[in-house]
Amino acid sequence: MSTDTATPARTSPPPRETRRPSRLRRSWDKHWYAWVMVAPVVLVLGVLIFYPLGRGILLSFTNLTEANQLAEICSKSITGTEVCKPNPNAWEVVGVDNYVNILTGKVGEFWQQFGVTLLWTVTCVVFHYGLGLGLAVLLNRPMRGRGIYRVLLILPWAVPAFVSAFAWRFMFNEQFGLINSLFESVGLDRVEWFADWKTALLTAIIANIWLGVPFMMVTLLGGMQTIPGEQYEAAEIDGATPWQRFVNITLPGLRSVSMTVLLLGFIWTFNMFPIIFLVTGGEPAGQTEILVTGAFRSAFEGIRNYSLSSTYGVLILSILLVFSVFYRRALRKQGEVW
Amino acid sequence: MRRTARGIAVLASAAIALAVTACGNDATEAPTKTDPAALAAELTWWDTSDPANEGPAFKELITEFNKTYPNVKINYQSVPFGEAQNKFKTAAAAKSGAPDILRAEVAWVPEFASLGYLYNLDGSELLADESDYFATPMSANKFDGKTYGVPQVTDSLALMYNKKIFADAGITEAPKTWADVKTAAAAIKAKTKKDGLFINAGGYFLLPFIYGEGGDLVDTAAKKITVNSAANVAGIAVAADLVKSGAAVKPPANDSYGTMMTLFKEQKVAMIINGPWEVNNLRNAPTFGGIDNLGVAAVPAGSAKAGAPVGGHNYVLYSGMAQDKAAAAIAFVKFMSSATSQAFLADKLGVLPTRKSAYDIDKVKNNAIIAAFQPVVSSAVARPWIPEGGQFFGPLDTMATEVLVQGKDPKTSLDGVANKYKTEVVTAYSAG
Repeated sequence: MSTDTATPARTSPPPRETRRPSRLRRSWDKHWYAWVMVAPVVLVLGVLIFYPLGRGILLSFTNLTEANQLAEICSKSITGTEVCKPNPNAWEVVGVDNYVNILTGKVGEFWQQFGVTLLWTVTCVVFHYGLGLGLAVLLNRPMRGRGIYRVLLILPWAVPAFVSAFAWRFMFNEQFGLINSLFESVGLDRVEWFADWKTALLTAIIANIWLGVPFMMVTLLGGMQTIPGEQYEAAEIDGATPWQRFVNITLPGLRSVSMTVLLLGFIWTFNMFPIIFLVTGGEPAGQTEILVTGAFRSAFEGIRNYSLSSTYGVLILSILLVFSVFYRRALRKQGEVW
Repeated sequence: MRRTARGIAVLASAAIALAVTACGNDATEAPTKTDPAALAAELTWWDTSDPANEGPAFKELITEFNKTYPNVKINYQSVPFGEAQNKFKTAAAAKSGAPDILRAEVAWVPEFASLGYLYNLDGSELLADESDYFATPMSANKFDGKTYGVPQVTDSLALMYNKKIFADAGITEAPKTWADVKTAAAAIKAKTKKDGLFINAGGYFLLPFIYGEGGDLVDTAAKKITVNSAANVAGIAVAADLVKSGAAVKPPANDSYGTMMTLFKEQKVAMIINGPWEVNNLRNAPTFGGIDNLGVAAVPAGSAKAGAPVGGHNYVLYSGMAQDKAAAAIAFVKFMSSATSQAFLADKLGVLPTRKSAYDIDKVKNNAIIAAFQPVVSSAVARPWIPEGGQFFGPLDTMATEVLVQGKDPKTSLDGVANKYKTEVVTAYSAG
C-alpha cells in the first residue's frame, strides 16, 4: 500500500497527449483523500490484528514456552551478584510438530473437544434462533404490556455473563442447588449433573441459551419491523393463514438478517469461553471442555506454553474460516448478496 | 552503554549489599547501632491470603513493622490466590507491574526461580538462622542449589473431625488407618444417620492415599514417572472403595471442595481431609458449634505409613526489584517471618509457624489446634520441587474425578495420568 501512495507522488506525469495516465494514477488523483482517511484505520488494524495474527502463526511453528523464551537465564542474588547462563533448552523452530501432536491426540484432547464444541455450538445456535424467532413473533404484535415483556426478555442480556454463569452453576449444584430441590419436591431423584458429560454439557447449554436468546430476539424483531405491513394486509385479503403468512412473508423478509445472525451466533458460540469455563469448569474430568477452554488450560496452566496455545488458536481460526467460506458460498448460490 | 550501566549497577549493589550484611552482623550484637529510621524505601507486597479471614492480621503486622521502620512504606495489595501465579508471571515477564515481595505458594517457587524471576537469598541475613526453619517447608525454597525464599506458613493435610458426632456414635479415638475410617463411618451412619467422610475430588487430597502406600508421583533422582505404580494404584483403590462402599459421600464433580466445607460446617458429615487454612473459617461458622468441636488428627495410614503432602507459602523477592531496596525488603521479610510474628499469626489465624522456635512461644504452645497439627506438619512429605511441580495436579484432578465420581478403574486412570506427564509435563522423564 505504501508504494501505491508513494510512487505517483514522485514520478512526474507523462504528457497528456502521448499517453493516458495509469489507472493507479487516476485512482490516486481521484481518491487520494480516501486513502489518507483510511490510513489510520489500516495502521491500527495492522498493529492490533495483523501483527499479532502473523506472530501467532509464526509461534505455532516453534516450541516457545515461558521457560525457554530467554536465551539466557540470570539468577540474581540479593547480595548483589548476578549469574547468567545460557538457557539449556532455548526455544527453536520445530516445524509442524505442534500441529501433528495436537491433531494426532498426543498432546491435549483436540478431537474430543472438537466434537463437544460442535455439539455445543449447533445446539445453542438452534435454540437461540428458534426461541429468539418465536419470541420476536410474539412481541411483534400489538399487545398489552409489550414494553414490559420486552424489558423482561432483554434482562438476561443486561446481567454480566459471569454473574449469570455463576447463578446457573449454583442452581445446578448437586447438593444445595435449586433445581435438585425442585426435583426432590415433586418426588424425582436428584440428578448428579456434573458426574456425566452429557448432563454437564446440558447445564452449560441451558445457561447459554438463556443468555443468548435476547440478542436473537432483538435482532429478529428489528428485522421483522422492516417488513412492510402492506404485504401482510395483501396476504390477509388473499386469505392466507397465519402460518402461510409466516412462511411466505416473515421468513423471506428476515432472510438477510437471519443469515448474518446465524453466522455470528455460530462463531460466537464456538468461541464462547466464559460459560463453559464458569458453569461446568470442564467437569467431569475435562469432558465438557470446548476448544477454546481446552486451549486455555493446556496453554496457561503451569508454565505457559505459547507455541501450543498459538497452534490451538490457528486451528480454531482455520475451522471458523473454512466454515465461513462454505457458508458464504452456500448463500451466494441462493442469490444472496452479502 | 547498557552493559556499563549494568556493571555499575552490579558494583553499586554489591557495595550496598556489603554494607547491609555488615549492618546485619552488627545488629545481632548491638541492635542500637543501626538506625531503622535511616532505612527508607517503598515496597509493594502482594499478599495472596484470604482478604477477609487472614488479611487484617497481616495488615496489623505491617503497622507493627512500621513502628520500628517508620520510613519503609509497604504497599499492601491483596491479590486473589487463584490469580496471583499468572499475574506475577505476566508482570515479571513484561518487567513491569510485578511486586517487590510476593507471598508464593510452595510449588511456585521452583517455577519462578527457574524462569529467573526471583532473587536468590544466599548469603543474606534472611538465611542466617536457616536451621530454625523446618526442613521440609524450607526445601520448597531451594532450586538448583540456591535458596529463593523463606517459609511464611506451612501446612499439610490432616483428618479433621466433628467431636460431637464422634461422641454420639460412641467413637472415642480418631481413626488411625483407612480401615478404621471405614468402621467409624459405619458406626456414624448407624447411630447418627450422618455421613462418615468426605474426600474432596482433587489430586492434592488424594496424595495421602498415595503416600500411605509408600508411593509418589515421580522419582526426581531417577527421572522416572512413578504415578501409575502398583502402590499408587492400591492407594487410589482404597479411596475409590471408601466412596463405593458408602463410607465416604460421593463427591460432586463440580465444586467438590465447597460442598465438602458446607457439609462439614453444617455437621452433616463427620470427617474431612483438609488443612489448617480452614481453621479460622470453621471457628467463625455459626453452625459448626465452635472451635472446640473440631478434632484434628494425622491423616489415616495406608499399609505403609501415614503421609500427607506439605503445602504452605513463602516470602520471595522479585528479581526486578531495584537493588537499593534490598535492605528494606530484607528487613521487612525478616520481621514478618520472625518467630514473634509467626506466633502472632498462629494465634490469630490458626496457621502453622515454620520456625521451630515459634513453637516455644506460649501463644503457640497453648493452642490446642496448632498442637494437634504440629506432628502432622513435622512428618509431612515434601513434594517434587521441580519447575513443573505445579503442573502435576491438572492430570491428577482429572484422575480424582474419574475415579471418585465416575467410578473409573484406578489403574486405567493412573495410566492416563502417567501418559500425560510423559507427553506434556516432564517429557524428559522415563515412563514408570
